[in-house]
Amino acid sequence: MIKRSDFPILNKKINGHPLVYFDNASTAQKSRFVVETVNDFYKNNNANVHRSLNPLALEATNLYENARDSTAKFIGAKREEIIFTNGATAGINLVARSWGENNLSAGDIVVLSIAEHHANIVPWLQLKERIGIKLEYIPLKADGSWDLVVAQKLLNKRRVKLLAVSQVSNVLGIINPVAKLIRVAKQKRIVTLVDAAQSIVHLKINVKQFGCDFLVFSGHKLGGPTGVGVLFGRQEILESMPPFMGGGDMISFVKTDSFGANELPYKFEAGTPNIAGAIGLGKALQYLDNVGYGAIIKQEKILTTYFLEKIKKLKSVTVLGTAKSKLPIFALIIDGVHPHDAADILGQIGIILRAGHHCAEPLHNYLGIHASLRASLSFYNTKTEIDYFISSLRELINTFK
Amino acid sequence: MDIYAQNIIDHYKHPHNFGILVDADYQQQELNATCGDDITVFLKFSGNKLKYLTFTGQGCAISQAGISILSDELIGKTKKQILAYNFEDIKNIFGVEISARRYNCAMLGLRAIQKAIVVK
Repeated sequence: MIKRSDFPILNKKINGHPLVYFDNASTAQKSRFVVETVNDFYKNNNANVHRSLNPLALEATNLYENARDSTAKFIGAKREEIIFTNGATAGINLVARSWGENNLSAGDIVVLSIAEHHANIVPWLQLKERIGIKLEYIPLKADGSWDLVVAQKLLNKRRVKLLAVSQVSNVLGIINPVAKLIRVAKQKRIVTLVDAAQSIVHLKINVKQFGCDFLVFSGHKLGGPTGVGVLFGRQEILESMPPFMGGGDMISFVKTDSFGANELPYKFEAGTPNIAGAIGLGKALQYLDNVGYGAIIKQEKILTTYFLEKIKKLKSVTVLGTAKSKLPIFALIIDGVHPHDAADILGQIGIILRAGHHCAEPLHNYLGIHASLRASLSFYNTKTEIDYFISSLRELINTFK
Repeated sequence: MDIYAQNIIDHYKHPHNFGILVDADYQQQELNATCGDDITVFLKFSGNKLKYLTFTGQGCAISQAGISILSDELIGKTKKQILAYNFEDIKNIFGVEISARRYNCAMLGLRAIQKAIVVK
């Protein structure tokens, strides 16, 4: 069941106005359960993991490893396949550096979509600089969905080695047919990576159903703490990869002139991990399960339909991405009002929005715009909040007329 | 809703000194990479005094109205006087409260002008 009161911050006021948090695609708010779990850990169980034979370290290690088990179960993976990172970005960088550098050579092609977040572009551009790989981008149709005809053609190119795409764009909010494209890629032995940073808080994800080799997401976008994320990798592919970072916990032995890597998943977790973060992430996943994806999807569909119906009445506003499979993520272009002015002014009356290119500059260039105003909603948002946003936006537009 | 002062909105919609100056002594573009504000200034001096200052670009109301207001203010000033302008002066000229998060927007025009003079 959806309970808005589970999120303490939603009672906050800004300049005397109720907080209307419409920036969920940047980061989601945390339920009191997550906050309490992190607090409890520091109050009662804090110790380093995997290090010592003392009872406190065992408590911390058990909590941390339980979080890994819950995460594995949550996405249909094995525990060895769950690497805790500090976020989706770190996961993609790990894949680029460990798998990419060792499996790609000059002229090999990585296929992305033009709607990717910088986190799924820049690590590949770095490999382009370093070893001369090529990038190809799946273009979009007018409604913001992937052009699958071109996508197929791109995957037919002989030297394609990796397909790395987001399930949902953080700007357009459209659910991409990831599983379909992965099936095509697999037939051609193309390795696949799914960026689920934006989608996992809205949609139930199962890596077995996707059949992907890698999948990444961040804890904070699904109601967990910041600074923790997950890289899923198929066990066989993770085993074939060399460690990315070296340090404590990732080794089986260290001599003065050599080292041996630890087994999975520790091989990729050098240094003391974000223990409290991972435990908080585990709690956030449990919370999503308790609310239930059925309820989440139903409520977000109601909000999406309502938002689109209301915004349609504002003639000077254009919504980017109109395909049917849309989540409540709305990037808006407003005639006569710059997104930064809108975010600034509406922010003063409590409406929290993001303005800019939302770390998707290639997409904005592709669409021929400089910036957009993004309202991104979650299941805890309400129709009343949408009404308040729409009437405030109308007033703003009239003032700038 | 506390909208920007009418002055800012007026300048945003009807900017003063907007356009390219073909025989400018100085020309300088300045960008805010994070938000895409974009200003190019054109300066022409008569002796030591600024005779013409025009600009082109696009962006938010604070950056675009800001350079418009600033262009009125700076014409007739010397290079030394122009280089002495800072954020405090900008706030006074704009006549509105400018929050810390809009600092870069408000300063974009002045940065372009000062860079034009210094770089050349």
